[in-house]
Amino acid sequence: MWLRLKWKVGTLMAPFDYIEIKVPAKAQYVGVARLTISGLASRLGFTYDEIEDLKIASSEAITNAVRHAYDEDEEGEIIVGCALYEDRLEIMVADHGQSFDFEETKKRVGPYTEQESDVQLLREGGLGLYLMETLMDDVKVHHEKGVTVFMTKYLGRERGEADVKQTAYS
Amino acid sequence: MNLQVDVQEKDCVHVFKIIGEIDAFTAPTLKERLEKVADQPECQAVLDFKEVNYMDSTGLGVFVAFYKRVKAVNGSVKIVGLNKRLKRLFEITGLDDVVEIEMESGDPNGTV
Repeated sequence: MWLRLKWKVGTLMAPFDYIEIKVPAKAQYVGVARLTISGLASRLGFTYDEIEDLKIASSEAITNAVRHAYDEDEEGEIIVGCALYEDRLEIMVADHGQSFDFEETKKRVGPYTEQESDVQLLREGGLGLYLMETLMDDVKVHHEKGVTVFMTKYLGRERGEADVKQTAYS
Repeated sequence: MNLQVDVQEKDCVHVFKIIGEIDAFTAPTLKERLEKVADQPECQAVLDFKEVNYMDSTGLGVFVAFYKRVKAVNGSVKIVGLNKRLKRLFEITGLDDVVEIEMESGDPNGTV
């Protein structure tokens, strides 16, 4: 019983390491953020192909944030937050330069709606959002004080596999 | 995180050897180099991706724009030297159905 309770608590608040980087909203820093994410993904044990997927998906999100900043004629900053769990990497990209409480922001992130103008921008941006959705296991776009893209990739899960819930610990 | 584009012209065919990473920062360089020949009548271009080790939608966007302009002047674009990763990018975006891709001979993934 005690073990069961401990397991439940563990599931609800899975431990993770959190790394956050803040870069100016300029194209030359997209590659810097990409390399950081590549290093973190490698540390977690992702395969070469998975790391390449993560590099593209995160670059797409950061590039969108850079473009958004340029469109608004802002000299803003972009926050890239990475949460490293035992079984997955969660990446958050926010174009409004404010550090966030990762857990709190995550709770408020929901599925994007087509009405939101910035999401339209993402769609019209062409292939970016499509690639994020194709290369990651889960992508959500949140619109509040700017755009936050939240995406997840699980370890050892081939893309295209049925989106079954992880049952390894149940 | 740099990009180099070497251009050679041989028998009216422009061969672009692209070296490095194509992303939001470097894509404008590639765009600029390609635009120099894009509107030449019946422009023939070969893009060599053999030494491209990273590309995302910004690169694909530049490529698609170039492809459209060349097609508008009855020209042709051929892509060579795609590695497995880049080939996958062309496949998942459906561009492999549109553009001529020549795989390296002896490439085990050369099924296009």
